[in-house]
Amino acid sequence: MAIQEPTVYKFRKASLKASALLVVAGALVGVCTAAQADQASIEEGIQQYRDMLSDGNPAELAEFKGEDLWKQKQGPKNASLEQCDLGLGAGVVKGAFAQLPRYFADTHQVMDLETRLVYCMQTLQGRDTTALVQHPFSKGAEPQTELESLAAYVSAQSKGMPVNVPQSRPEERAARARGEKLFFYRSGPYDFACASCHGVKGQRIRLQELPELSKPEDARNSFTAWPAYRVSEGAVRTMQWRIYDCFRQQRFPALKFGSQASIDLITYLGVTAKGGIEKTPALKR
Amino acid sequence: MQRFAFQLTALALGAAGLVACSLPQGSADETPSTASIREELKASFQPKGQATLDRLDQSPLQAACSAYAMNPNDADLRKQLDALMVEQMNTVQYPADGHYLGDWKKGEKIAQTGKGKQFSDDPEKPSGGNCYACHQLSPKEIAYGNIGPSLLHYGKLRNYSPEAMKVAWAQIYNSKAFHACSTMPRFGEQGILTQAQIKDVMALLFDPKSPVNQ
Repeated sequence: MAIQEPTVYKFRKASLKASALLVVAGALVGVCTAAQADQASIEEGIQQYRDMLSDGNPAELAEFKGEDLWKQKQGPKNASLEQCDLGLGAGVVKGAFAQLPRYFADTHQVMDLETRLVYCMQTLQGRDTTALVQHPFSKGAEPQTELESLAAYVSAQSKGMPVNVPQSRPEERAARARGEKLFFYRSGPYDFACASCHGVKGQRIRLQELPELSKPEDARNSFTAWPAYRVSEGAVRTMQWRIYDCFRQQRFPALKFGSQASIDLITYLGVTAKGGIEKTPALKR
Repeated sequence: MQRFAFQLTALALGAAGLVACSLPQGSADETPSTASIREELKASFQPKGQATLDRLDQSPLQAACSAYAMNPNDADLRKQLDALMVEQMNTVQYPADGHYLGDWKKGEKIAQTGKGKQFSDDPEKPSGGNCYACHQLSPKEIAYGNIGPSLLHYGKLRNYSPEAMKVAWAQIYNSKAFHACSTMPRFGEQGILTQAQIKDVMALLFDPKSPVNQ
């Protein structure tokens, strides 16, 4: 159960390396802009920085923790999650994440990875997941939550595989259609929709590039990068978190974990990203 | 029958405490109605801080712009938006004292600040304008976005004319009076910035001493 020494060592080394490279990348960006270099070279610099970092992605720590949690017997039923059906059959983890969200016959619903994990905790382990669902994302210096670690582990088992979010069922097509409409839904005091920032190619907020998520090229790049270790947050963040925090900036109220709107949007993005190669868990600024 | 099965599942899941999926997953291949999407949103969000659920209700303009984004060739929508744009122009309140310009240094701070109206923001503190998120302004700030046009040399290029000031004021106050579905928030109309703050931002654009005009 305990994390083995070599893993911890590797992680610490990786994060040291990460900070050193941050400085290098920062300097690189500084030099480029001072020289009035074009945006393309800045982006290239950032990409190089990401490539260098991906050798020692700190998300690995969460991945190992997640694997332990997956195999650990827990709850009133004293069972592990190893028999959880993530869509490809009970116990099949490899490749399952790349085909989520999808329709599940046992719940008659389209579910994403995170809601499916909660479902398996309830059904296989007999656990009361109320507290877990109320606090799905770690805050500040807290350790990763169980869901974050499990998401890192499961998503890693699809690394290198193409996204193939299914659309064969009417429920799956309905989820995508609702997700698309949600994507363009403007409201709130700032009149923002998802599309306000993510509906046009080549836009930036400050120097941050904004992917055009309504088109395959950018959707593939972005969708395949969550869950990710977020350097600015010092933690692994999941797709549910990504959407929750986008809505915060959109000036909307707080998105409920696992809500219908979250599932539908993730389905819309996933279908648009079809064919993208999973980088999960990835590394983000 | 399918609906019945769904309700059973919803009950089972509800009992188990899973926060999820409480809408009928209706017939597949038709476009969902706006009303159903609003209901879905109301069920999917909870109020937090200053962000209450009524933020999910669309104004007629927001609804028309959402539809237009998905149907850009719809002529009826276009007509509707033109009419709504006139209404937006009527909301603009010009400064009562006739003075458009405040302090450009304060304006620069407002342009740099992105806080305001998020559930994570303190509602007692003033909001920022976050102008640099989308626009180039002072040449000293190189971390600017490109969603809106560059505003470098804004006042100088317009000879600091009173007419240009009036237009700029109205654009900041209510951008939708100029482009019905502009990405820019309606800073005055929605009470994001106060009149005094808008004057400071105006000074950033129009004061000859402002770095924007150097």
